[in-house]
Amino acid sequence: MYVADSRAAASAEPAARPPAGRRGTAIAPTVLALGSVSLITDVSSEMVTAVLPLYLVAGLGLSPLGFGLLDGVYNGFSALVRLVGGHFADRGGGRHKTVALFGYGLSALCKPLLLLAATLPTIGMVLAADRTGKGLRTAPRDALISLSSTPATRGRAFGVHRAMDTTGALLGPLAAFLILRATTDGYDAVFTVSFCVAALGVLVLLLFVPRRHEAERVTAEDSRPAPAQETAEVSHPAPAQETAEVSHPAPAQETAEVSHPAPARPTLRSALALLRRREVRRTTVCALLLGLATVSDSFIYLLLQRRLGVPDQWFALLPLGTAAAFLLLAAPLGRLADRLGSWRVFLAGHAALLAAYGLLLSPWHGSALPYAVLALHGCFYAATDGVLMAAASTAIPQELRSSGLAVVQTGQALARFVCSIGFGAAWTAWGDRTALGAATVALAAGAAVAYAFRPTAPTPAEVVPA
Amino acid sequence: MTTRNRLLVLVATVIALAAVATASVWHAAARADRRNEAHAGGPMVTAGRVTLPAGATGAPRHLVFRNMAWGPHRDELTTVPAGRPDAPRTASGVKCLRFYAASGTAVCLRAERGAMQDTYTARVLDARLREKAHYALPGIPSRARVSPGGRYAAWTVFVGGDSYAGTNFSTRAAIVDTRTGHLTPTLEDFRVVKDGRTYRAADINFWGITFAADDRHFYATLATHGKTYLVRGDLRTRTLTTVHQNVECPSLSPDGTRIAYKKRVKGLSADAPWRLYVLDLRTLHETPLAETRSVDDQAVWSDAHTLTYALPGDYGADLYTVPADGTGAPHRLTKAAVSPAYL
Repeated sequence: MYVADSRAAASAEPAARPPAGRRGTAIAPTVLALGSVSLITDVSSEMVTAVLPLYLVAGLGLSPLGFGLLDGVYNGFSALVRLVGGHFADRGGGRHKTVALFGYGLSALCKPLLLLAATLPTIGMVLAADRTGKGLRTAPRDALISLSSTPATRGRAFGVHRAMDTTGALLGPLAAFLILRATTDGYDAVFTVSFCVAALGVLVLLLFVPRRHEAERVTAEDSRPAPAQETAEVSHPAPAQETAEVSHPAPAQETAEVSHPAPARPTLRSALALLRRREVRRTTVCALLLGLATVSDSFIYLLLQRRLGVPDQWFALLPLGTAAAFLLLAAPLGRLADRLGSWRVFLAGHAALLAAYGLLLSPWHGSALPYAVLALHGCFYAATDGVLMAAASTAIPQELRSSGLAVVQTGQALARFVCSIGFGAAWTAWGDRTALGAATVALAAGAAVAYAFRPTAPTPAEVVPA
Repeated sequence: MTTRNRLLVLVATVIALAAVATASVWHAAARADRRNEAHAGGPMVTAGRVTLPAGATGAPRHLVFRNMAWGPHRDELTTVPAGRPDAPRTASGVKCLRFYAASGTAVCLRAERGAMQDTYTARVLDARLREKAHYALPGIPSRARVSPGGRYAAWTVFVGGDSYAGTNFSTRAAIVDTRTGHLTPTLEDFRVVKDGRTYRAADINFWGITFAADDRHFYATLATHGKTYLVRGDLRTRTLTTVHQNVECPSLSPDGTRIAYKKRVKGLSADAPWRLYVLDLRTLHETPLAETRSVDDQAVWSDAHTLTYALPGDYGADLYTVPADGTGAPHRLTKAAVSPAYL
């Protein structure tokens, strides 16, 4: 099993091998474990997402219209939850795993509750709790990935994680369909199986993701003493096998990366004070600016459908195209980010999105258009989603990693939310072409500004001592 | 914990979870067998020939609906004499999720099994329930209607959100001219006139089309910014004009003067927010009906003075009737039935 094998491989060679992303460099076992957790959890949650409309309409005979009105309200709440999750994960010297466990556990418990909830308000509450779990766990999970990998391999670590995550998202609906096919009104079976799968994800997290991240100690990302952490370690005796892994300290490499004068204590204020750091601020501002010009997926699919007259019954397949490209490209582009620098790849990803907009605006109506647009769209995600987290991790000190990542993610999510509202209004007022034209101009301008103001952190390759 | 012990815990838990998962799927799979056996005290259903009278006057009227009673004819279109709704049902062998018919034209919204996912189609049927045309549907069937003369058919489907635990739903309402085959896939292609001015919004949804007898006008629900409106549609000018607020699932009376609809009444629980009302189109006067339960259906006029509608029941849904003038009391027509049409 990979857990044992790659664990050995990781400890056999220093994780921070100079030429970043060279073939054969092992992905940290913790990253693979977190990838498995995400894969399993996404199978579980996408099973439910796939059958939910049918369950509400055909299973319960409800009219779920106007149900989505809560979504707007909930977007704000979920931003708050993410920040709170990040904050709690940083307290006590890094309780990322505990908070992630709580988040995954909460979502898992919501699955059997769906069996009991038969009315729209109660289902709405269960779904809100499920999304709260997702909001809580995202930042600590990404923090764990960043802490389990060295700066030189972070892009690839996030890439591999995102690829596994997307695999789960593709398998979930298929599993749900097979269950519905094998049963009669088998929504209860879908929810029960979904719960079993989610429970398995929580168990993998519990068993195979160490509470104290190896990389944190292996590479000693922060070489200064952190009193709070030490106390935590006392209460968590490391098993012999794990101590053996902590045999490759490479402190020199990281001091260049995190050059703050004093360790920041994880308080809410210090999380926001992160924005006073130039690197973090620039990262967040770039993510925000580009987020403001990132038209939401559903609009892209709608535009594609209008341009091409994609038949309605194929409409549901469009997101699969994006997911497939994302899945295939996430790891290679993450590796590329390690080699060329995260920001180059991040900006190139937005260039791909710009090209997708351009294709949608162009008079070309060839049969290859949907494939090209979806490939570019998936490429955009592969080059930006994990890569942004990798880039942000470089700028955020370890003791505030979860809160910092939560700040960047929240900023990006809110920017995209503002963009959807603006895009929807522009679509209504001036039509889809003009709206997309405006988004294209905004994205080009945002990319230009982001290029000028890009964080000046040296690329990992430059950090690593020769 | 050593890696070996972790793997042991993992394997043991996987076995336990797999057992639970398998049991739940097996239990749900066995449900098919239970539902294929008629339940005691249920309506009698026998296979037979079902034809739709093409508006012949004088012939005894029939009630056609989707049979929800357990047994071999579950979900099939069945028919009973309109005057004897509890008479043995004659099953047609045609399965539909939603159904409506008028003057020898029927529309049947049904699920189609696919290799990777189920899809839905709208099938236009003739008086002998033979297929004349079919159309792919972009979502889950909700409402179906045919114009009184049998020329136009309409349907509404739910299109579900696909975001994580997403709750964004939208509807598509379509109209097809069964004579020419011309399809309007969504009413969003029509121009909306609200308060005398052209109205545009990204969040517009339409549902619940009901036709006038002139083969030109129709009514439907328009929803935008959290409010619903009754709109009057014109197939020739392709416009929709708002008539009244807080109207869902309208149903035009046979004489074309009144609209039966479900109204979202303030103070009711979010779970059961609707009451049946009748709107006088000339005076815009609203009359609450005697039904005190929340009705989530597009009612059908069984005659000029009576409405038929479905409410949740033991086997999915039961059919009820209530006078259209606010008097009287609701009365259960028959159990285990949905999507009624009088022919």
